[in-house]
Amino acid sequence: MSSQKAPSIAVRGVGKGYSGVTVLHDIDLDIAPGEVHGLVGENGAGKSTLLKILGGAIRSDTGTLSFDGEQVTVGSPRDSIAHGISLISQEGALVPALSVLDNVFLARWSHRGGLVSARSDRRRLAGLLEITGFSVNPDERVDRLPIGVQQQVEILRSLARGARVIAMDEPTAVLAEHEKENLLALIRKLAAGGTTIILVSHFLEEVLSVADRITVLRDGALIRTVTASETSPRELVGHMVGREIDVLYPDPQPVPDGSPVVLAARGLRRRLVNGVDLEVRSGEILGIAGLVGSGRTETLRLLFGADRPVEGVVEVDGVRLAQHTPRAAMAAGVAMVPESRKEQGLVMQRSIAENVALSSLSGRRSGPFVKRPAEKTAVGEISKSVDIRAADPEAAIETLSGGNQQKALFAKWLLRNPKVLLIDEPTRGVDVAAKTQIHHLITGLAAEGMAVVCVSSEIEELLALSHRVLVLRHGEPVGEYPRGTTPEVVIAAAFGSHEGEPS
Amino acid sequence: MSVDTTPQTAAAPAPSAGNNMSRLAFRMRDYGIVAALVIIVIALSLSTDTFLTSGNLVNLLDQTAVLGLLATGATICIISGVFDLTASATLALSAIIGVQVGRVTDVYVGFAAAVVAGALLGFVTGTVVVRSGVNSFVGTLATSLVYRGLAVMVTGGAIVYPLTASAENFGMLTWPSLFGLTSATIMFVVVVAILAVVVSRTTFGRRLYAVGGNAEAARLSGIRVGSIHVTAFMISGVCSALAGLILASRAGSAQSTMATGMELTAIAAAVVGGTSILGGEGAVWRALVGALLLTLIGNGFNLLGWDTIYQQVLQGLLILFAVTMDRWLRKRSR
Repeated sequence: MSSQKAPSIAVRGVGKGYSGVTVLHDIDLDIAPGEVHGLVGENGAGKSTLLKILGGAIRSDTGTLSFDGEQVTVGSPRDSIAHGISLISQEGALVPALSVLDNVFLARWSHRGGLVSARSDRRRLAGLLEITGFSVNPDERVDRLPIGVQQQVEILRSLARGARVIAMDEPTAVLAEHEKENLLALIRKLAAGGTTIILVSHFLEEVLSVADRITVLRDGALIRTVTASETSPRELVGHMVGREIDVLYPDPQPVPDGSPVVLAARGLRRRLVNGVDLEVRSGEILGIAGLVGSGRTETLRLLFGADRPVEGVVEVDGVRLAQHTPRAAMAAGVAMVPESRKEQGLVMQRSIAENVALSSLSGRRSGPFVKRPAEKTAVGEISKSVDIRAADPEAAIETLSGGNQQKALFAKWLLRNPKVLLIDEPTRGVDVAAKTQIHHLITGLAAEGMAVVCVSSEIEELLALSHRVLVLRHGEPVGEYPRGTTPEVVIAAAFGSHEGEPS
Repeated sequence: MSVDTTPQTAAAPAPSAGNNMSRLAFRMRDYGIVAALVIIVIALSLSTDTFLTSGNLVNLLDQTAVLGLLATGATICIISGVFDLTASATLALSAIIGVQVGRVTDVYVGFAAAVVAGALLGFVTGTVVVRSGVNSFVGTLATSLVYRGLAVMVTGGAIVYPLTASAENFGMLTWPSLFGLTSATIMFVVVVAILAVVVSRTTFGRRLYAVGGNAEAARLSGIRVGSIHVTAFMISGVCSALAGLILASRAGSAQSTMATGMELTAIAAAVVGGTSILGGEGAVWRALVGALLLTLIGNGFNLLGWDTIYQQVLQGLLILFAVTMDRWLRKRSR
């Protein structure tokens, strides 16, 4: 099955709606065998929906999908496996408690007389590892693996199933810089071997570097398909938003002289964090850079008390936090926008207003009761100032786009007027326009005197927003760089390559 | 700070016929169960001339009181993301404590003792679940065995009665009261009304939903997840104790096997009412609707003279139907 050639894909008049709202209409698209095809567009443009239709995860309402001129129906995982299509979604589809080996061959285990033959699977896996250049322990449970490696397991599974078309949704979003490079190299290799890769990504440079052709979607319509070598990020963004815009980062205002230190930490230690010291002044934005697993997120969580440090001190305004709990940190004026909106930030089924009000409920109550008019006013004002675009604040927050959800998360913390704002991945999964708004929001808050600590996997973003960047490697600070440092220098420090060490 | 680079199109889809359809589906999900209740009430009113008599309605509400209280406790627990399988064991144990304390003091003190016992048992259940970190389903299943066992130990397996002198007072919850309703009904309505306000209007209620919807997000918003859960179990414990008092007052006695298995009927009533077992969604009034619906089926069988052999089958099918509809409408509105 795996030796079969990839089909040429023809999409004709494909449309899709959810509860009466059209998210994709009348898409015509041809994808050649062995092509790497990028799908780009803002959040809500319909690129993930199109990818899922191509990947067989959902069925289109209208239109047809043909492989090599033959019309096919794919709408279930079984169909897609039969057609050699594999979808690698953002959420992942691994069974957490099973081993790498079992996940790769999930429901496709080699068997002999009804018994699973692990030995034969092991051989097959070894072959796949050789092709991909991954190194994974076949017996490790996948939930113990870092997210980047979990993704590799999904790719291995696609290959094990003989996928001729692999559809990937934001595959690099969760990866550190060097892992991204590896993935892009693998994509090129697979395509060279005749596998068709369809790729959705927010990172235009990446798509440009790996794709043969790129399709731009806007508001559910196909705007244009261009050859990657003949376009630029600027042109793509222009198609995405309908006119050319500058993707410019705002400059943070300089930190005033004599601005006091608001947040200080000394000797923080716990698992991935191995003795972190830091100081942030009022009005200052401190960036924390590092590879995935370098302890960036973990450091932020220790500062907020989301996890308890084994050792170390956190001080706000020179006063040591008595307890390492979110409550104690919040009482001292610390707030944290966590890494994952869905898992750690928002209560998805509750309303926008309830989510925004959640961390400051005690400030608007009379006795045990919520002061509803006061809440309505407060939520309304803060929503306006961060520009949450929602028709109805009582609607469930899951109905908002990623960008608006992220803004709601900021709004929730700004209602507490924090002195210190810790931000983990400020713009992950956020469209271009909202991204710019969030950047302005962060620099604006610092200009008003807030101390900000920001972690981001997007190195350009981090360097553009921060006054200083602290680089972590293996949980230890390995350098601190002023504004104006180039990404190459910071990345080299994160890898430790300037010391000639293997990472 | 305004940013002028934003495209104006992406956010709000124009209202369309399809949108109205989805809104209808949304309403159906919200109030479909109320419509079902109304339909059954109308059907029974038309097909029998005994249903809409004040006698039957008083009786119906009195019958709903016990299940309604338990379903309310179950609903509050489920909203916060836990199950309380100790409900019926707590009911029995606190009713027995109420009777026994009543024997050495007086009926009123006994009743108060039962309620306090319910709250304490809820506190213990909650603390066990929160501290052990065990899944609430398993944790409360084990705890309920302990409570049932304690009930057997306290009573020696026998039925306990109030003193003969206070037997009449002990039956006070069966007495007619306002509007001819029984005292049990009045107590039930008042308690449920208070809890409905607590859940929908207080900061505690907001936290309850947040904890059930996403415990980690709630914790990172400064909410003490553990104490919210313990409080939910305590409320459930008090509801169980009150339900136990109604049953004991009716029977004039209490025993260790009281209301066995009723915790599951209570959860079923909560779910039939439309509270999501996934947590973070639901409402106290839904418990009332669910309990009424399940009780109505029994009442309808009686009035129509149908063979009660089929009653459980119909209740089971109704629960399946309610849950399937909820899932279906939920899927469509995504």
